[in-house]
Amino acid sequence: MSLKDYKGVFVFAQQVDGKLSGVSFELLGKAQDLAKDLGTDVTAVLLGYKVEGLCDHLAEYGADRVILVDDPALKDYTTEPYAHAIDEVIKKYKPEIFIYGATAIGRDLAPRVSARVRTGLTADCTKLEIDPESKLFRMTRPAFGGNIMATIMCPDHRPQMSTVRPGVMQKKDRQAGAKAKIEKFNPGFEKNDKFVEILKIIKEESNKKDIMDAKILVSGGRGVGSKENFKILQDLADVLGATVSSSRAAVDSGWTEKDQQVGQTGKTVRPHVYFAIGISGAIQHLAGMEESDIIIAINKDESAPIFDVADYGIVGDLNKIVPALTAKLKDYFAAKAKE
Amino acid sequence: MKIVVCIKQVPNTNEVKLDPVKGTLIREGVPSILNPDDKAGLEAALQLKDQYGAEIHVITMGPPQADAVLREALAMGADKAYLVSGREFGGADTLATSTTIAAAVKKLAPFDLVITGRQAIDGDTAQVGPQISEHLGIANVSYAEEIKVEGEYVIVKRQYEDRHHIVKAKMPCLITALGEMNKPRYMTPGGINDAYKTEITVWGRPDIDVPDDELGLTGSPTRVVQSFPKSLKPAGVKVQLDTAESADYIVDKLKEKFVI
Repeated sequence: MSLKDYKGVFVFAQQVDGKLSGVSFELLGKAQDLAKDLGTDVTAVLLGYKVEGLCDHLAEYGADRVILVDDPALKDYTTEPYAHAIDEVIKKYKPEIFIYGATAIGRDLAPRVSARVRTGLTADCTKLEIDPESKLFRMTRPAFGGNIMATIMCPDHRPQMSTVRPGVMQKKDRQAGAKAKIEKFNPGFEKNDKFVEILKIIKEESNKKDIMDAKILVSGGRGVGSKENFKILQDLADVLGATVSSSRAAVDSGWTEKDQQVGQTGKTVRPHVYFAIGISGAIQHLAGMEESDIIIAINKDESAPIFDVADYGIVGDLNKIVPALTAKLKDYFAAKAKE
Repeated sequence: MKIVVCIKQVPNTNEVKLDPVKGTLIREGVPSILNPDDKAGLEAALQLKDQYGAEIHVITMGPPQADAVLREALAMGADKAYLVSGREFGGADTLATSTTIAAAVKKLAPFDLVITGRQAIDGDTAQVGPQISEHLGIANVSYAEEIKVEGEYVIVKRQYEDRHHIVKAKMPCLITALGEMNKPRYMTPGGINDAYKTEITVWGRPDIDVPDDELGLTGSPTRVVQSFPKSLKPAGVKVQLDTAESADYIVDKLKEKFVI
């Protein structure tokens, strides 16, 4: 088997409850760029049960072909049937590149597959490109808690695989009516001791808006001081139609919820405006928000690293400035409404 | 019950600083610690031991000084400790690392449970746990928040972004533990004393039954071809004004940028 026999850019099209995850579209966007540089096409690999209806969505966001594995064993994610299906897809279709979302599913599935196939896997990449000369896959990721970046290649094994965190790549515009070639494939699922049983699924109903979808984020850190004091951030957010997020320190202190956490171990966000309030700006936090269009930082410590990435840094007491800002904005919107 | 816990010694990345001039990592003086997720995994194992009775075997792979985390594990209550160490294992990526560790775990068979941390803070890959389970040919459940034993099964609360699954897996299986699943116990003075009396078994190349081409740098499909300091965008403006002026300043900027 020669490396040249492996062709095409494959994307794991993650779906949960019959709904495609946002990262699937983001990966398809990136996959199109990679495929163009390689002169090849994009294949989405869709696993699930009764999910055929999702194929058109994948086509509209960039899949030239969809390999569909539809089986009751794949209804809800468990490692073994998913790993088995992907392994068989790799054996049969021989992808040159295979990318996955770095989600709680992808970060379990992709390593299991890499060990089965015995190929390399680069985790949580922030940049993917094709080397113009060697045509090898260049995968760049943060290392040492985000302190340095490392570019990794997988020269002699196929497929070349990586995971990408949600929110890092951008999806392309929807091409309404686009169609993909659909190939149904079923490797067969025979139960063994590696299969686990899901006894119960507990969904966390959240009325909160996902911080990854927010246009404006009002984010607080240790400097906010207490759970109660997050109210002044919420007030500011309410005036701006923004969403409240936080640093890890605030989550660890129990002031905010895990799903509000921005950073290396939280979510990657790129809102239009990011308010960093009482956030010192540890490298792990910056990793999750530095791509924001406009960063406004308020911190009493003028040497806080957050000021190194802020477009506008205000040195001062957040307890005074934030309520004053909220009041000014209220006046401004009230005046504007009268115009 | 026999539980194998895989742990790693890591630099405390929270204390890693960048040399502002050279843009390189300053590693001197950065303390090494037992990786937090692994510590939670060890605590989970110790709780199972408290509840059901178990023998806890801890394994680490690393240079000779990595025995510090094994001593810590022993002082917390682990029963036996193994250090996989040798030049041949160096330069390994996650695939070669997991292959080596799996071979070490196999030497302890039969076991009921293998527990690893979800991920290590120096690499953050979360790959080695699931990869070990694949090499061992057993089930794995990642991102565990709770572990219970029921007969020959474990019941695991598995975390996802917007939900939890309660999963039943037949033992032997592998579980990767989330750092937030528990609050690890402290070492006891008696435990520390015992830890330094307990002999740590050291396994070198001859003890690990894996072909040469699957070990260390040679056995690693991935290559780091370049590493560089992260380029942050240039800093913007920093102002120090009184409260009202600060608020006005922000409002002006929001207007300027057409946010409001």
